Amino acid sequence: METPVKTKTVEQRQNVVILFAGDSGDGIQLTGAQFTDTNALFGNDVSTFPNFPAEIRAPQGTLAGVSGYQLHFGSVEIFTPGDQCDVLVVMNAAALKANLNKLKKGGTIIANTDGFDKKNLRLAGFIDEVDPLTDGSLANFHLHSVDVTKLTRTALEGTTLGMKEKDRCKNMFVLGFINWMYSRENALTEGFLRKKFSKKPDVLDANLKALIAGYNYGETSETFTTRFEVKAAPMPKGTYRSITGNQGTALGLIAGAQKAKLDLFYGSYPITPASDILHELSRHKNFGVLTFQAEDEIAAIGSAIGASYGGALGVTASSGPGIALKTEAMGLAFMLEIPLVIVNVQRGGPSTGLPTRTEQADLWQAVHGRNGEAPIPVIAASTPIDCFDMAFEAVQIALEHMTPVILLTDGYIANGSEPWRFPAAKDLPEIKPNFIPSVTSGSAETKPFLPYQRDERGVRPWALPGQAGLQHRIGGIEKQDKTGNISYDPANHELMVRLRAEKVAKIADRYKPIRLDSGPEQGELLIVGWGSTYGAIRTAALQLQGEGQSVAHVHIRHLFPFNKGLGPLLKKYKKVLVPEMNSGQMRQLLRAEFLVDAQGLNKIQGMPFTSEVIRAAALNLLKQ
Amino acid sequence: MSTTNGISTPPVTPSAAEGKVDFSSDQEVRWCPGCGDYSILKQVQTLLEQSGKKKEEVVFISGIGCSSRFPYYLDTYGLHSIHGRAPALVSGLRSVRPDLSVWMITGDGDALSIGGNHIIHLLRRNLDVNVLLFNNEIYGLTKGQYSPTSPEGAVTRSTPMGSTDHPFNPLALVKGADATFIARSMDRDPKHMREVLARADAHRGTSLVEIYQNCNVFNDGAFEVFTEKASKAGHTIFVEHGKPLVFANGTRGIKLNGMTPVVVDTYAGGTSLEDLWIHDERDSFKASILVRLFDDPRQEGAMPRPFGVFYVNDRATHESKLSAQVALAKERKGPGDLDALLKGEHTWTIG
Repeated sequence: METPVKTKTVEQRQNVVILFAGDSGDGIQLTGAQFTDTNALFGNDVSTFPNFPAEIRAPQGTLAGVSGYQLHFGSVEIFTPGDQCDVLVVMNAAALKANLNKLKKGGTIIANTDGFDKKNLRLAGFIDEVDPLTDGSLANFHLHSVDVTKLTRTALEGTTLGMKEKDRCKNMFVLGFINWMYSRENALTEGFLRKKFSKKPDVLDANLKALIAGYNYGETSETFTTRFEVKAAPMPKGTYRSITGNQGTALGLIAGAQKAKLDLFYGSYPITPASDILHELSRHKNFGVLTFQAEDEIAAIGSAIGASYGGALGVTASSGPGIALKTEAMGLAFMLEIPLVIVNVQRGGPSTGLPTRTEQADLWQAVHGRNGEAPIPVIAASTPIDCFDMAFEAVQIALEHMTPVILLTDGYIANGSEPWRFPAAKDLPEIKPNFIPSVTSGSAETKPFLPYQRDERGVRPWALPGQAGLQHRIGGIEKQDKTGNISYDPANHELMVRLRAEKVAKIADRYKPIRLDSGPEQGELLIVGWGSTYGAIRTAALQLQGEGQSVAHVHIRHLFPFNKGLGPLLKKYKKVLVPEMNSGQMRQLLRAEFLVDAQGLNKIQGMPFTSEVIRAAALNLLKQ
Repeated sequence: MSTTNGISTPPVTPSAAEGKVDFSSDQEVRWCPGCGDYSILKQVQTLLEQSGKKKEEVVFISGIGCSSRFPYYLDTYGLHSIHGRAPALVSGLRSVRPDLSVWMITGDGDALSIGGNHIIHLLRRNLDVNVLLFNNEIYGLTKGQYSPTSPEGAVTRSTPMGSTDHPFNPLALVKGADATFIARSMDRDPKHMREVLARADAHRGTSLVEIYQNCNVFNDGAFEVFTEKASKAGHTIFVEHGKPLVFANGTRGIKLNGMTPVVVDTYAGGTSLEDLWIHDERDSFKASILVRLFDDPRQEGAMPRPFGVFYVNDRATHESKLSAQVALAKERKGPGDLDALLKGEHTWTIG
């Protein structure tokens, strides 16, 4: 081991936001994920935000091709991937241009100089190909220019790989360097690489060499005199893993099916950003999971309805445009009163919109978007971990109340990850589908089976094909009360519309009492959020409370029907603020339902809120 | 006679005791008087009664249209779904319940227009379902618009100057989608229909039976050239496996000149029966030609329209492959361990 050239100092940091950015082929997502895992393993709390282009391989060096991975890690509790970055690692000029506005004043830039040649500058749109690394325009930042490409190639001299393959190891050099900078070890990534490249020893060797070279570069380079340290966070004791929202949704669905002792049938059509649920589920066939990649979105939900009719847990997922296609079949499932879970991983809309960006603009679609009176319960997840809990709850509601259920997540939490102190299987509640025993031929009396005879919750029995004595016919046509036979009787139609709505309304009886996320039980301002804005609102609310403001935060999990405690809660504050990544859809629902003068804070940029924007809006409203 | 808690219960119903189960439901059948659907319903009921199936193991799923009311009239499990989507529903049902006898009832609009995308995928996947495609070449339930099987020039309520659409040849489409059982029958030939339906039911895979069905209200007589005694013999050909293609009371036949079918005389001095096209329902290439015998019967020299079982293939069903994967996954990884799943591959411990 070489002796360090200079003594390096170590500075403590409470929390750090780092953004890795480069071409979509630079291995940015992998680098970010590895550094995340390393920090999580160390004991930091973490929150991530991967942000990648819609194109698989957009033209190299262009702004369109920039892929980013933002990580917020700390020795304190972390709720968001961070408003602004402390450190920006850029592999080329386009990555700098696309992300410089996210860097704090005085923040650190680590730039790969090889990505700032004339061609890269031109592609990134730097006028006259002026190099920002040398023209002084970055004087407000701590700039470190490193020729990553050259250093990586030097480190890999003597290996058998071609130049192109050597250059692919650049990301490992960067990761090794960042590990050094934040006083982390390479061990986790070394293990990862050994597994990933177990059958390609030369590639493994090169990646390991680049990783170590990056680390040693930090150690020996004279330009870097300071290392940072972020101590472990006071996380609750226990065993953790990392989980993304889409993984959480998939695992929640499987856990739900297992707790109901049912097979899970997942009908789906590939769509960004929901496809990872299909990928995850298809790996777990040994849990009785059947995945069906249908010919289109309609067939995806249709097959799931068919599977539910047969006694499995039918599930389908998509994103906005795909959900639009499923609408008619959602009406059928509602009319049949059959269990079904529909997941909408929302993205920017309308139409094709912004496939890889996030939005909360499908709320009205979920609550209102069907022909006729077809209320379907709608619930929303607020964090990657919460995707697990809400997917499980969606299964509970669907099976125990014989209804389709819509679960809203979005691209932000679907791809984001956080450490999860996962539950033990035994601690998850059993789910009891509303089955009915078969009628054997020896029964005392043979009353005709009534498929729409409801219990006190308004729920009908689930009779499965194959069960003797329970043969019945159901369909999308209006049906007679109790028998399910076709009926066009006017009074019966009104009765059925009311019975179906009452059944869904009664689902609110099962909710736990509503609970504030933070803040006083009554006061000046209540911030009402739902879905993925949770972390930003929580951060802002805690800060405002710390500043002595009378601000509380409630996060709505049940969007339809609402929690019965929500109305009374809203009345306990003088003002209500509803931050949403849409034009005010929840605000309008709250106004319509509770006659409350809720004010909106709306962002429709395909990007999540920063907590600072929410804090400022709250302060502004408090002043009025 | 069985006894539960000392209470004696009546014996099983007389009809069941006789071994005959009545598959008709208590619902009044509401098709127009004279509709061809009645005949199909009767043959299906008869087939089910003779099949020895239990009522509870039979499921009928339909889409939308006149024919799709079918499930309500049978005392089995039934689901009247939405327009064109029955193939999706049966795919899901069959995937999770390979133990059931699943039937799909559809029409020319339901299967070939709004559900066209679904039917082809059902066929290529080959789920074990009996599909009865009632073809009446018209939209009945919406009161008389042309359908994707209406002939070009058809004058209907939506085409007062005649349809400009070229129609589908349904069985050619079905063959193109790699169906494993392809057959055609007609409402006016109950015996033939029953035989074809029995074959369809016995086939493991998607069995598609096109049934020419007369809509006596909006398209009366669409198939009368095939169904009426006077013209039937000269315009239809009933194919049987291993037998030559003959029609017109045995006086005429079809011969293959290379890939081209030609009509020949079979009486003395004509073509001998051995030289005729011998029907082989396992021959995919010949089946592709057979489905193309689709001339407009009003044209001079039109080829006869074939009926019967055109093609059979024993390709594995989709659901068998799905359950094999589940079984293999269980064998390799063991039955699902939820704790292991929640734990995942990498964990760390704090405290």
